[in-house]
Amino acid sequence: MNCKKVILELTSYLDGVLDSNMRADLEQHLSRCTDCRLVVDTTRKTIQIFCNSEPVPLPEDIRKRLHTALLERFRRNAKTT
Amino acid sequence: MSATEPKPLPSTVVRDDEARLVSAAKAGDITAFEELVNRYERKIFRLGMNITQNREDAEDVMQEAFLKSYTNLDRFQGDSRFYTWLVRIAVNEALMKLRKRRPNQFSLDEPLTDGEDPVFREIEDWGPSPEQKFAQTELNEILNGVISELDPIFRVAFLLRDVEGVSTEETAQILGISEAAVKSRLLRARLKLRQKLNKYFRRSEAQ
Repeated sequence: MNCKKVILELTSYLDGVLDSNMRADLEQHLSRCTDCRLVVDTTRKTIQIFCNSEPVPLPEDIRKRLHTALLERFRRNAKTT
Repeated sequence: MSATEPKPLPSTVVRDDEARLVSAAKAGDITAFEELVNRYERKIFRLGMNITQNREDAEDVMQEAFLKSYTNLDRFQGDSRFYTWLVRIAVNEALMKLRKRRPNQFSLDEPLTDGEDPVFREIEDWGPSPEQKFAQTELNEILNGVISELDPIFRVAFLLRDVEGVSTEETAQILGISEAAVKSRLLRARLKLRQKLNKYFRRSEAQ
């Protein structure tokens, strides 16, 4: 496997859906190619950092308007049923 | 070699009692629906902000997503998770906002190549926990900044798959594109974000 192929298969590899033969080839390449190994490691960390990020706090005024709108919809729904 | 065992990335949204709350809400239990809203409002607002990059649009997206999901709850079949269904509604709302705001700039069908090759540039070691270099607020600003620089077609694919934990198949359905196109966009998004984050997280910056 060459560097280009590693990048093409990177998403499947990181998602754990690469078949076992291809995965073994890819990992063999990583064991001898520092550049690809760093790309794989830092791409994995990129995903993890975003995945673990906390949602921004919902501003209170926006939350209040949402719940007011919902309450209105609940009331309207109750009248029609 | 330092390559670690690949593992499915964690979804941050799985809750076991979601189905129970949805059933109760369908039967008319408003408190159960409110519980679902309380659970997901921050995430849906974040998704709206990340896609539209605009606070007012994100508020509209969030309101419409919850109001439409409530109104159409009896049509929800339960063949996907409620959260995925909610995300689908929110994404459609957010994409409509984008198209309305920038009709000439935004297309989900535009070519994927932009002349840049983000792969073999900025190759440096980040160390084991690069995000710990930053306080949470600062980290959020960095993440918001780099994701806002992505083209919307890459941004949406990345947000759905990697931030919201939606499957490739469901992402393809939501965006009306093939699974191969989702994978292609996701790859480019991940590589571009990796490259953009490099200047913050590279090991040399930690010294």
